[in-house]
Amino acid sequence: MNGANALIKSLENQKVEVIFGILGGAVLPIYDVLCGNKNIRHILSRHEQCAAHAAEGYARASGRPGVCMATSGPGATNLVTGIANAYMDSSPLIALTGQVPSKGVNTSYMIGRDAFQEADIIGITTPITKQNYQVRNAADIPKIVNTAFYIATTGRPGPVLIDLPKNVQTENAEMDFTNRIDARGYNLVTDPDLAQISRAVELLTKAEQPIILAGGGVITANASDELMQISDLLMAPVATTFMGKGAFPEGHPLSVGSIGMHGNPAANRLISETDVLLAVGTRFSDRATANLDTFCPNAKKIHIDIDAAEIGKNVDVDVPIVGDAKKSLRILYETLSRALPKRKETAWVKRVKEVKEKLSPLIKDLPKDLVPKTLLFELRKLLPQDAIVTTEVGQNQMWSALYFQALKPRTFISSGGLGTMGFGFPAALGAKVAFPSRTVVDIAGDGSFIMTEQELACSVMENIPVTVIVLNNSVLGMVAQWQRTLYNKRYMAVHLGKTPDFVKLAEAYGAQGFRVGSISEFQKAIKEALKSKVTTVIDVPIGSEEDVVPFVPPGCGLPQQRGDY
Amino acid sequence: MESGKTRVVSAIVENKPGVLHSVSNLFRRRNFNIESITVGPTEERDLARITITVSADEKTLDQVVKQLDKLVDVVGVAELDPDSIVTRELALVKINAPTAKERSDIISCVHVFRGRVVDVSPVSLMVEITGTSDKIDAFLNLMKTFGIIELARTGITALSRGGQAGNVDE
Repeated sequence: MNGANALIKSLENQKVEVIFGILGGAVLPIYDVLCGNKNIRHILSRHEQCAAHAAEGYARASGRPGVCMATSGPGATNLVTGIANAYMDSSPLIALTGQVPSKGVNTSYMIGRDAFQEADIIGITTPITKQNYQVRNAADIPKIVNTAFYIATTGRPGPVLIDLPKNVQTENAEMDFTNRIDARGYNLVTDPDLAQISRAVELLTKAEQPIILAGGGVITANASDELMQISDLLMAPVATTFMGKGAFPEGHPLSVGSIGMHGNPAANRLISETDVLLAVGTRFSDRATANLDTFCPNAKKIHIDIDAAEIGKNVDVDVPIVGDAKKSLRILYETLSRALPKRKETAWVKRVKEVKEKLSPLIKDLPKDLVPKTLLFELRKLLPQDAIVTTEVGQNQMWSALYFQALKPRTFISSGGLGTMGFGFPAALGAKVAFPSRTVVDIAGDGSFIMTEQELACSVMENIPVTVIVLNNSVLGMVAQWQRTLYNKRYMAVHLGKTPDFVKLAEAYGAQGFRVGSISEFQKAIKEALKSKVTTVIDVPIGSEEDVVPFVPPGCGLPQQRGDY
Repeated sequence: MESGKTRVVSAIVENKPGVLHSVSNLFRRRNFNIESITVGPTEERDLARITITVSADEKTLDQVVKQLDKLVDVVGVAELDPDSIVTRELALVKINAPTAKERSDIISCVHVFRGRVVDVSPVSLMVEITGTSDKIDAFLNLMKTFGIIELARTGITALSRGGQAGNVDE
């Protein structure tokens, strides 16, 4: 069997059902094997970056690893942004790249001789992958693929790249498809240290104002039920990081929303008042904590994370727990429930209610006109609970974080760590491929959508209908807001103008487009979109000076949130 | 850049292409300050030992060890306990020595430091010296008065004392 056949068979053994990719000279042997394959669907993206984002959207919606493929050279380098995004947001991604032959016709070795479409993708992706492999011998392919999937999906998930020189794809070898894994240096600690669990229990039983901070790790570990149990037992409010949005139902009385620079003011206030912080599956990103000197200033801190290197990296903690979030929370709950009767209404719960009523953005009066917060509030009412929402990056993303409630895990997918504009639309396509019967909506800005709008072609041709809501303010809104508030309104390079016409753009690709000017038109457009068999782009012109408020200015702490909202 | 004590971190890694790249890349990316790095084979053919001296405070050192440990190709890593460590470095030094008087002065210093003269020319001597970095520093300091023409130092390599295989677990 040759290497290309061994690759596809190995992917089938891993139950891969879809590959997002673009072919090229250096992957032709692989595409030849895919031709006529009944088990793996290939989706032709229109730019490799989008293949990677779509694979990540698929992975984050489903919990299964996403697979993307590109040819050597520019195909491979175009994947880089998508790989970096998956690395920052800890998404399980397998990136397959073609490579120039390691053995040439007239030369013993072509790699390293600057051959046509050669790029050192191993060197380029070393800092943005969990691991990468360049295959030397075809016979190694089954073992490398198994190892790659194992590493990408276990522990703290992440991207793994496999670089396949063209001659390896055509080389024949004896293949061993038994499930061998070669990663002796890969340390996987999933069981928490029970002594640390006891110390956590001790702190939590004495806590008067406990708060739980849930990060993306809770979603990755499918630990939302365990999180709910602990919150319920302790009557502890749950704040999330941006990446943790959806880990705890945001309509729940103990949900206080996301913390952070553009966090929910109630969450930012309450986390600053806590005496015991239970943080789970979070890396304490600077956008979440703001100035560390004023982050939970009076709290004892418990930190559960599967990545030992995250503990003590940004925030010093009192109780470090290295382990899988689901297992750790379950053991913590079992130990806690023996030590503590279920708490009833406490003074702290009353305080939570009071702060939420005063500060929570969804409880305040909504204007009747077509502004982002009203639109997003209406959108929640129009979408089913299990609808998957992706966002782009910038104001559209922060408005979504503030005003769109995520009710279930894996239903809010956004580029958190890298902040990649253009992520949301291809990610929405990936999510839709994972769940064809569910509604998928990308909340976009005009600046972001234009970065990957060419995937409308993919969505139409591959029959992947999603809805894109373009909050169209004709500017790069978030940087314009910073120039307005921090650079004395000296606007530079932020004006996008009235081009393109997003309705015509959608139609040019064979999708459908609507422009809406009122909430009732928006409601009608969404209802049409949900019924549509093709992708719908809804252009929503909004004011170009609309700010995302409140806002914690750079260098300030979470309680120093500014701006009326 | 972090200031702090000089620490020695020893890592057992897969002996295959690209591993040194991922280790050095990690140090650059995380802004860790390498003072020296040495790589060589171990008693097992498919494993190599990387010995890194870093200038780091406690928190940074903790990150150095944890981040190295995260690399799939790093099989084991630990800081070597400063109280039970043997460190050695080798230096080759070419020293200006145009006269017989200077040559003999240098040679007597070399004897005191248990070094060896490995090459002699009419105007210079080449000396090989092995020991702790402090010892080599002290020797080089003395040689400055004669004039150092060229210098090559290997960087530190190190092992833990005693019968155990140190605390670099596999």
